Amino acid sequence: MIGHIHSIETCGTVDGPGMRYVIFFKGCPMRCMYCHNPDTWDMAGGEEKTVDELLEQYESLKTFYTNGGITATGGEPLMQIDFLIELFEAAKKRNIHTCLDTSGIMFRRNNPEILAKYERLLKSTDLIMLDIKHIDPEEHKKLTKQPLDNILDFARYANEQGNLIRIRHVIVPDITYNPEYLKKLGYFMAELQNINQLEVLPYHTMGITKYEKLGIEYPLKGVKALSNKEAAEAQNIILEAMKERRNEIHAGK
Amino acid sequence: METTAWNGFTGGNWKKFIDVRDFIQKNYTPYEGDDSFLEGPTQNTKDLWAQVMDLTKKEREAGGVLDMDTKVVSTLTSHGAGYLDKNKETIVGFQTDAPFKRGMNVYGGLRMAMKACEDNGYSVDPEVVDFFSKHRKTHNEGVFDVYDEEIRKCRTNHIVTGLPDAYGRGRIIGDYRRVALYGTDRLIEDKLAQKESFGRVYTDDVIRGKEEIAEQIKALKELTKMASFYGFDISKPATNVQEAIQWTYFGYLGAVKEQNGAAMSLGRTATFLDIYAERDLAAGTFTEEQIQEFVDHFIMKLRCVKFSRTPEYNQIFAGDPVWVTESLGGMGVDGRTLVSKMSFRYLNTLNNLGTAPEPNLTVLWSTRLPLGWKQFCAKMSIKSSSIQYENDDMMRPLHGDDYGIACCVSSMVIGKEMQFFGARANLAKCLLYAINGGVDECTGVQVGPKYRPVVGDGPLDYDDVMAKFDDMMEWLAKVYVSALNIIHYMHDKYAYERIQMALHDRDVKRYFATGVAGLSIVADSLSAIKYAKVTPIRNEQGIVVSYNTEGDFPKYGNNDDRVDEIATDIVTTFMDKLRKQHVYRNGVPTQSILTITSNVTYGKNTGDTPCGRKHGAPFAPGANPLHKRDTHGAVASLASVAKIPFKDAQDGISNTFSIIPGALGKEDQVFVGDIDIDLSK
Repeated sequence: MIGHIHSIETCGTVDGPGMRYVIFFKGCPMRCMYCHNPDTWDMAGGEEKTVDELLEQYESLKTFYTNGGITATGGEPLMQIDFLIELFEAAKKRNIHTCLDTSGIMFRRNNPEILAKYERLLKSTDLIMLDIKHIDPEEHKKLTKQPLDNILDFARYANEQGNLIRIRHVIVPDITYNPEYLKKLGYFMAELQNINQLEVLPYHTMGITKYEKLGIEYPLKGVKALSNKEAAEAQNIILEAMKERRNEIHAGK
Repeated sequence: METTAWNGFTGGNWKKFIDVRDFIQKNYTPYEGDDSFLEGPTQNTKDLWAQVMDLTKKEREAGGVLDMDTKVVSTLTSHGAGYLDKNKETIVGFQTDAPFKRGMNVYGGLRMAMKACEDNGYSVDPEVVDFFSKHRKTHNEGVFDVYDEEIRKCRTNHIVTGLPDAYGRGRIIGDYRRVALYGTDRLIEDKLAQKESFGRVYTDDVIRGKEEIAEQIKALKELTKMASFYGFDISKPATNVQEAIQWTYFGYLGAVKEQNGAAMSLGRTATFLDIYAERDLAAGTFTEEQIQEFVDHFIMKLRCVKFSRTPEYNQIFAGDPVWVTESLGGMGVDGRTLVSKMSFRYLNTLNNLGTAPEPNLTVLWSTRLPLGWKQFCAKMSIKSSSIQYENDDMMRPLHGDDYGIACCVSSMVIGKEMQFFGARANLAKCLLYAINGGVDECTGVQVGPKYRPVVGDGPLDYDDVMAKFDDMMEWLAKVYVSALNIIHYMHDKYAYERIQMALHDRDVKRYFATGVAGLSIVADSLSAIKYAKVTPIRNEQGIVVSYNTEGDFPKYGNNDDRVDEIATDIVTTFMDKLRKQHVYRNGVPTQSILTITSNVTYGKNTGDTPCGRKHGAPFAPGANPLHKRDTHGAVASLASVAKIPFKDAQDGISNTFSIIPGALGKEDQVFVGDIDIDLSK
């Protein structure tokens, strides 16, 4: 099988634990206003790679990845779920740590064929990094042009399957940097026992040059980057809310 | 010999023989803890450092040099004591009688010394000029008396560059620790015995050997006198950690007074000194704060080492580096770590004095280093960006566990091995000479032998170019080693490093260090010729001056064996050609791939290359891929470099690599360790 790959980062240090071989998949149905990889939206273009090609390159570099592994990101890697299943299953056979960085948007619980594929994929996935773009359904639609329900359902499903989940959340001034929404996210996370990591990502403006190159208007013109201090505050709000809700659950409320 | 200075130390061979490693192994305390024991700067340290900063500012305002001695040639005893503030300094000694006053070193070459003065607005005293013109020959004069026309042409056309034929070669590390452990009396006694150990058959080697040891003995006596200017008697062993640091520093100071060398490195002193610190801490002689103060003042002195140099020299070396390299940490051959509390104290100077390029603190890295040390190194790297790392796991099998780094990567066993520094040959130019039959593509001069050039206007043929390149490398290796033989003969004769060699064993292993520049250009060019279509473009004289390169080709730096193997083959091939040459003083030839600083200059002097690089475009540093040709991320790029065989590039392989801290992981305050959710907090 052939995968459509945008690019490879052999020195990935921010996409999962340790140093990682990061595969950027082509194609994404989301149109997040702050997306910093708009060049991966289109499924066309990029390089065609086989699982063997990718894993052989990984093996030739594996001394660098002693505490790391492979991360599939993009784009939305779940758009190529069949290739991803083949890749992760082959990786697990070689004892490689697998990490899936996804928005979860492609998930459909009510389609048995699709669900079977997810069941299979998650069996060979060591860590899911789920990017929740916005916790409010209306705002999510505005921010990404896509609905939120599938995404939260994917989180519940992965939780049921016993997969470890790290929530990633980009904090954007005026959009997600809002205590109401941050608390709501914390409440949601409290419900799922297998969510044990949280990574808040302060919004940055490094994607702008890519938009200029691609000739697309940048939707967040004028929005300033978020400071680390503000990101830490946001993180704190989410965790406090999560704690509050978990205590309630614990008390049987 | 027995002395109260050694009370409390575990004995061993080191008491009978000059054997610092044995002393370390028998007495040091590995430290596996963290940095919490460290102390900040004392008020005196802050005051002194403020003085140094003030002098630095004044020096910059004065155009780079604050003061130069133009009358007195710098020797061990040429100048009296110099201080910043005598009452506050716990470690003392400057190269001249005042801080920031540069000494005058003439033995390497008179013209260079004169130019260094003139370019900075000073002029050498006429009497000195007269003496060194009429009565005393210099290294530089000796070399040029012997150079032949071919070597001269190679220099002026830049196929061999940066040769130490007019300046000090450096790259020799005295075992300065010996001064502290034994005192100069014992060292002189040992040298006298060595002098008698030659026997009575006076071959050239024996005569030279005995004369050199006589010079070493004189140097040790003068070093003792130099220390006495500061009120210290270093003829006897150091009795505590303050003296041990001071004695060690005096040894080093003697070296930088007499030699203005390209790289004057310190060695591996920290864990040695820690033995004294542990003894003093246990006895209550000094507190941790005091010991850190001694170290801070020692490092401060190392930061103030200065030489008289010309703007051209500074251009080649990108600044005014001294390369006071200190090798820290590493693992012992017995499996114990060589990290000690003193290793931490050295790095802590980056906190107490702030960051600085000198001394070049170099961590000998092993995967087995203690976690606390690794974490402290990472922390200080993020904070200071001034720590160099080298692969101890690769060098230990070759050198054991008491080696140090001279300059940036040259490894040698302290006190037992040294190096003849040999700058480098430009392999990219050599490839162009192969294509043009020895004619320089920039100057049109017939520099190399008139071998048959590439003929016709068709695309270059890989096998044809490779055969020609092989012949041209054979020629280059010969002429390059010849020049170096002359240089080191004359350096030994006219600018002998007597104090550094006094702190070596009698029989020293001499690495004969050569180097190459332009490896990635050669690899990519040959790859282009093999996998794409490269058509030569000639000027009116028929010299190939440019190339039309059509199609894609594998590029070095992407972990692609098709081109990486070309690179590794070239390294091995050239090394084998160097090994065939006659080498001065039974030197052991080595090769480095480590142009760190002069790549712009190389670029200016090398014409268009078949890989598509244009005349004037800088070379990549060391073994780096060419700029922007590595497209698969840092790890793939590093993997290509890592294929270069160390056995054929033993003098070091460098890969210059800049990365913003954020790209190495999440911003520390916000994210370190906080990804895991812990709701109990």
